[in-house]
Amino acid sequence: MALYIHGMGNISPQKTWGESALFSPPRDHQGSRLSCIEPDYDLYIDPRQLRRMSRVIKMGVAAGAMALKEAGLNVPSGIITGTGYGCLKDTGIFLGKMIDNKEKALNPTPFIQSTHNTIGSQIALLLQCQGYNQTYTQGAISFESSLLDALLELNDNPHQSILVGGVDEITTTLHTILHRFNIFRKSSASSIALFNTSAAGTLHGEGATYFVLSGEKRKNDRVVLDSVKTFFKPNPKQVTEGIRQFLESVSLKNSEIDLVLLGKCGDQKLDNVSEKVLTTLFPENSIGLFKHLSGEYPTASAFAVWLGARIIQTQQIPDVVLPGNAGRSIANVLIYNSYFGRHHSLILLRAC
Amino acid sequence: MKDRVHVAGLGVISAIGNSVPETLRSFHTNTSGIAPLTLFDSIHRGILPVGEVKLTNEVLSQNSSSAPSLTRTALLGITASREAVSDAGIDLKKWRTGLISGTTVGGMDKTENFFVDFQKNPKKGRLREVVNHECGSSTERLAEDLDVTGFISTINTACSSSVNAIIFGARLIKKGVLDVVIAGGTDALSKFTLNGFNSLMILDPNPCRPFDANRNGLNLGEGAGFVVLVSEHVKNTDDLYSYCFVNGFGNTNDAFHQTASSPEGRGSFAAMQMALTMSGLTPAEIDYINLHGTGTLNNDLSEGTAVSRLFGNRYPRLSSTKAFTGHTLGASGGMEAVFSILAIDRQCVFPNLRFENSIPELDIQPQRTFEMGLDINHVMSNSFGFGGNCSSILFSKN
Repeated sequence: MALYIHGMGNISPQKTWGESALFSPPRDHQGSRLSCIEPDYDLYIDPRQLRRMSRVIKMGVAAGAMALKEAGLNVPSGIITGTGYGCLKDTGIFLGKMIDNKEKALNPTPFIQSTHNTIGSQIALLLQCQGYNQTYTQGAISFESSLLDALLELNDNPHQSILVGGVDEITTTLHTILHRFNIFRKSSASSIALFNTSAAGTLHGEGATYFVLSGEKRKNDRVVLDSVKTFFKPNPKQVTEGIRQFLESVSLKNSEIDLVLLGKCGDQKLDNVSEKVLTTLFPENSIGLFKHLSGEYPTASAFAVWLGARIIQTQQIPDVVLPGNAGRSIANVLIYNSYFGRHHSLILLRAC
Repeated sequence: MKDRVHVAGLGVISAIGNSVPETLRSFHTNTSGIAPLTLFDSIHRGILPVGEVKLTNEVLSQNSSSAPSLTRTALLGITASREAVSDAGIDLKKWRTGLISGTTVGGMDKTENFFVDFQKNPKKGRLREVVNHECGSSTERLAEDLDVTGFISTINTACSSSVNAIIFGARLIKKGVLDVVIAGGTDALSKFTLNGFNSLMILDPNPCRPFDANRNGLNLGEGAGFVVLVSEHVKNTDDLYSYCFVNGFGNTNDAFHQTASSPEGRGSFAAMQMALTMSGLTPAEIDYINLHGTGTLNNDLSEGTAVSRLFGNRYPRLSSTKAFTGHTLGASGGMEAVFSILAIDRQCVFPNLRFENSIPELDIQPQRTFEMGLDINHVMSNSFGFGGNCSSILFSKN
């Protein structure tokens, strides 16, 4: 089953929207928190609606609008969203007020907007889209669940165009709490240099990325999303075997993968498994990296799909992803993501 | 039918029982689980009644030999999903098995404790109280408990979460991606949701009266409900008992308002209609509807209007079981799927407790008594949520 990418929208710690070449230059962030470069939301959302939206909803709605615009589509057949954390800001506001005010005189608005499905349902409401609507939240396989759902749905009804995305935001509360788990670098002078400096921990990222996917090819489509597979707490042997089966299921040899986009995070201990797997399976292949651009967050694989698709569309691998590889022909891109050892996933993109 | 998705096991825990047999007994004896709040301190204690599972975290963890530090959401989920797997009598390792759960609060029952200290000082608060905050975390604990290492996923579409989990599971089996899926949902009562719904002023200070003219809001509840879905091939190979099969479903968005349903119930109407169309059944063939029926003015009028539009005045037997259990949010679809399946298996329907007078705009009379010895072949279950998420599922007798 091939899902054609009709349009993409991406708000990330890089300038990934509007007219500009890919990462020229890439945005270098200091510190362990990589915040999104946000667009002027007025261009995408009615200002009257905008006032009521929290930041994660604005990001999601705007990324969705960008994808729809690129696809030339007004209303999709359905909306499927993956989010690891959901709408944390409003959750934190309501929780804080509930404690401070001792459960009295609470404003319901943050509660209403705290559920994970608020992003997908706000898009539905704004577009008056009464079709299929779904929200997955399973750590770093939330976006992958959404893709799998879209694959099933479009397999039955290929003529549909579905808006599928991954959205997660950093809030100060989240960043503070996660920092206490010692998963981020204590200090970082340059996010771009993440993989050149060895230290414990990774960098905290965020992003909103939506795709318009359809089972039907249009003239200008360049990229198909072919297949997706997820693993929960696998050992290296299970991932290696899983990737073998995955490639077999899409009839590709290891050598036919032109680029592996590897979701390593810069923490050597955590990256051990995926690196071991790569040395076994892809000793000769080109390996590109992306988490020094996006940071680490549950739906970072959506950023990787956007990046892989841009690479196939432009037939250019940016230097910051893999140095010295510009201009090579790229047909098959395998995204292999891993997230704190808990979740691993595979997504295959192909040129069409 | 070659490619039916069968229901081979059931598990449920709620305010009216810690297992399927206990639940049936409560239905049979009209025993509601709505009672005063005991689980946590709150200014609403003694004022707002709730549907609590009548077991503490300590007892839940002892009964299931789970870590007592787990969130209540995970503990409830472990209890019900284990019952479902054991009821099915299936060896999960033999098949490509997945686990899909719906939840809205996740680990909020612990996070809200953590936040009290964290709010005063960001260096304070015990991290182990927040480590399982994510909704997906409860599903991971369930997967570890059942030793499911294949596909796992969590859905949060508010109050329709777990019916969407069952729908996703059925689709994955139908497409041959998986052979077996444990699907349903779990949600614990929390101060966060109690205050959230209270701030919306939709909690009834008395036991709720779904679909009654004088209904005055909902009671929050908690619980978990899971089913074991298997392919025709698995059912035949392992010679499993099939309660019924998934005959149709619909998922739509009302796209009307973030919390309110459209007056004509366009989302719920479309979800029910889609489920019917998929099954090829006519409205007249439906024998029982387990309503979403929260007891709020808005939901019951909107859902009732959609039912009237679809079924006319010859609507089937119908009831909301939330007067027994309270509204268990992300768990409600899974629990009510279990109830709907039991209606087929035991050829019975459940009463809509505390119903006295029809909603004047509708004139719908829900089922008043527990009734057995009926001919129940096709049952529909509705679940609607914030954000306009509407889902309906249809189970049919083999």
